[in-house]
Amino acid sequence: MPQPLVKSGAEIDGYTIGECVHAGGMATLWTVTHPGIDVPLLMKIPRVSEGEDPAAIVSFEMEMMILPRLAGPHVPSCFGTGDFAHQAYAVIERIPGTTLYKRLPDLPLPYEEARQLVAKIAAALADLHRQNVIHHDIKPSSIMFRDSGEAVLIDYGLSHHNHLPDLLQEEFRLPYGTAPYMAPERLLGVRDDPRSDLFSLGVLLYFFTTGERPFGEGETLRAMRRRLWRDPHPPRELRADYPPWLQEVVLRCLAIEPVWRYPTASQLAFDLAHPEQVKLTARSERLKRDPLSVAWRRRFNLGVMAPRAKSDVAAQIASSPILAVALDTVEGAGELNEALRVTTERILATLPSARLACVNVLKLNRIAIDRRLDEQGSNKHIDRLVALRHWATPLKLDESRLSVHVLEAVDPAAALLEFAEVNQVDHVIIGARQSSFRRTLLGSVSAKVASEAACTVTVVRPPRMASAKPDAGVVWG
Amino acid sequence: MLLAVFSDIHGNRQAFEACLKLARAKGAERFVLLGDFVGYGADPEWVVDTVMGLVREGAIAVRGNHDEAVNTTTEAMNAEAQIAIEWTRGRLDVAQRRFLAELPMLVDEKERLYVHSEASSPQRWHYVRSTADAAKSLISTPAHVTFCGHIHRPALYSMSVTAKMTSLVPKTDVSVPLLRGRQWLVVLGSVGQPRDGDPSAAFVLFDTVSCQITYCRAPYDIASAANKIRENGLPPWLADRLLQGR
Repeated sequence: MPQPLVKSGAEIDGYTIGECVHAGGMATLWTVTHPGIDVPLLMKIPRVSEGEDPAAIVSFEMEMMILPRLAGPHVPSCFGTGDFAHQAYAVIERIPGTTLYKRLPDLPLPYEEARQLVAKIAAALADLHRQNVIHHDIKPSSIMFRDSGEAVLIDYGLSHHNHLPDLLQEEFRLPYGTAPYMAPERLLGVRDDPRSDLFSLGVLLYFFTTGERPFGEGETLRAMRRRLWRDPHPPRELRADYPPWLQEVVLRCLAIEPVWRYPTASQLAFDLAHPEQVKLTARSERLKRDPLSVAWRRRFNLGVMAPRAKSDVAAQIASSPILAVALDTVEGAGELNEALRVTTERILATLPSARLACVNVLKLNRIAIDRRLDEQGSNKHIDRLVALRHWATPLKLDESRLSVHVLEAVDPAAALLEFAEVNQVDHVIIGARQSSFRRTLLGSVSAKVASEAACTVTVVRPPRMASAKPDAGVVWG
Repeated sequence: MLLAVFSDIHGNRQAFEACLKLARAKGAERFVLLGDFVGYGADPEWVVDTVMGLVREGAIAVRGNHDEAVNTTTEAMNAEAQIAIEWTRGRLDVAQRRFLAELPMLVDEKERLYVHSEASSPQRWHYVRSTADAAKSLISTPAHVTFCGHIHRPALYSMSVTAKMTSLVPKTDVSVPLLRGRQWLVVLGSVGQPRDGDPSAAFVLFDTVSCQITYCRAPYDIASAANKIRENGLPPWLADRLLQGR
């Protein structure tokens, strides 16, 4: 294998080498330029000479396969790769700024800042998982932020792509990665569960809000294996003012069994975006770890853990979507709301991990000043939240799967579209208003949502009455 | 150059026609045929004639165990395969049988090796069922990519320079880069008798420049292929299994 002969001013495949900006254990990073590409570029060159860690080669091969097929704002764009036959390299977009690692001296961060930060990372992870990739090395030094605010996940050397050969599958006898952030199932050799990334993000959230790592810094296998049976100290034990909702979220991410965690990164992002709606369980108030007797029972039952079925990233995400149902709470919407409930019930029945957001738009006047109180003096916003919960009661959904939202907006369709976009909603269920003068005049909300939403939209109508005129062409919403 | 590789056509005209059409539409410039052109299916003459025509135009073809059985004994086969081979023998003329008898066991193009079953002992017709079987084949050749069929279920294996293996059940239409620096075993699904639960016909496309492999599936008129098997009095299970892809 040829030795890398890289120095400033050299040229590789049309890229002119600038300065070395980082020399890590696995690879070196150089600024490069290329005629015709006007974004700042970095060339990553693996260390492949004699005596180097063989992991450097394998993880670089993994990055070379994965990087070119990733897209979107949450990953660095890849401009080219060169293989080991000549000079191995990957040219990626240079993200300005520093990684989250630089924030470690500031820990613990204020809760609100940490919430916003981790919500952005969860959104980035959701996008990555949708591209069939599990990152497997989520930690502060793998995370950057664009000027526009989006989190960018870097370093894919330990990642798993559901459609590509997993070169790390047999490569290492011991689990390879960053010990404090590694999910327990990784210690058992599981590499195909996207919820491993949610565990790592939970470690980061715990660390950033308490200043302490939940499982310490131990790098020995013995130290790492403790997390298979020993739960971390609840954050409230460390910080008395720790918000219960935040503890609920953190401890759910850090659950030992992946099935007890959030089913998807989108659902985690949803809770972080709506802290007031997080369903609090007993763990939100806990001040102590599980008693030793419980932990020891887990420890000595490790061998009887059920064997896992091979998981499929895409199937796992598809079975846990976020549904949003748009409801009208005005008088006379009863029939349509009943039809919406029937449709919602059918969709939920097939998706046991789905969560449902019930949304209503409180329409504001364009010019006149809005009054929060109605003619009888009760708060319109609160009344509607109550009405939404009432609508959802027959669905008998667990509280952790249900949330209610009243959006205040001038343009209901735009408000629903924005809600779906921001909350990474997978499926919108909306009623079509019956043919009316008002609809003809103002245009239809459901038509606008159906045509402009980035996700699936189901438009629901009440059952056709025997007397209804067969002019379906006019009725469509 | 874009190679289209086909294996285990097994006398299924409808499936082979659909694969050829799809491969050409996707820009295939050269064809490789990994054997078992006959046996099971009801159109052995058409399939052999078509393969002979492709070979005259530069395609590569290697011998499968069913092709060999046409000219030798069929003792090692199961009852249905045996009945089908004896029926096939009566359908092929001398030229067709000579073509099958003269097919090479493997073709070695240095970078790429083509063989019906696996590379370590091709004449013994071993199946690649596991990473251990795949490793055995990969160790026996310096080729970067080995193509084989025989098992009728698609799989992709690789071996690193330190003999570490990976295995993958490939996803249809997703291209995978076959990185240099490790060796690869591309196991094809079957054109004419898929057994991986998907009844559509299987083949692969390989880009020799970018080293990307893409596993493809071609839907075809399964009912006609199955009917012809029944009409010719071949064992009915050979027709039924086409519909099930088993």
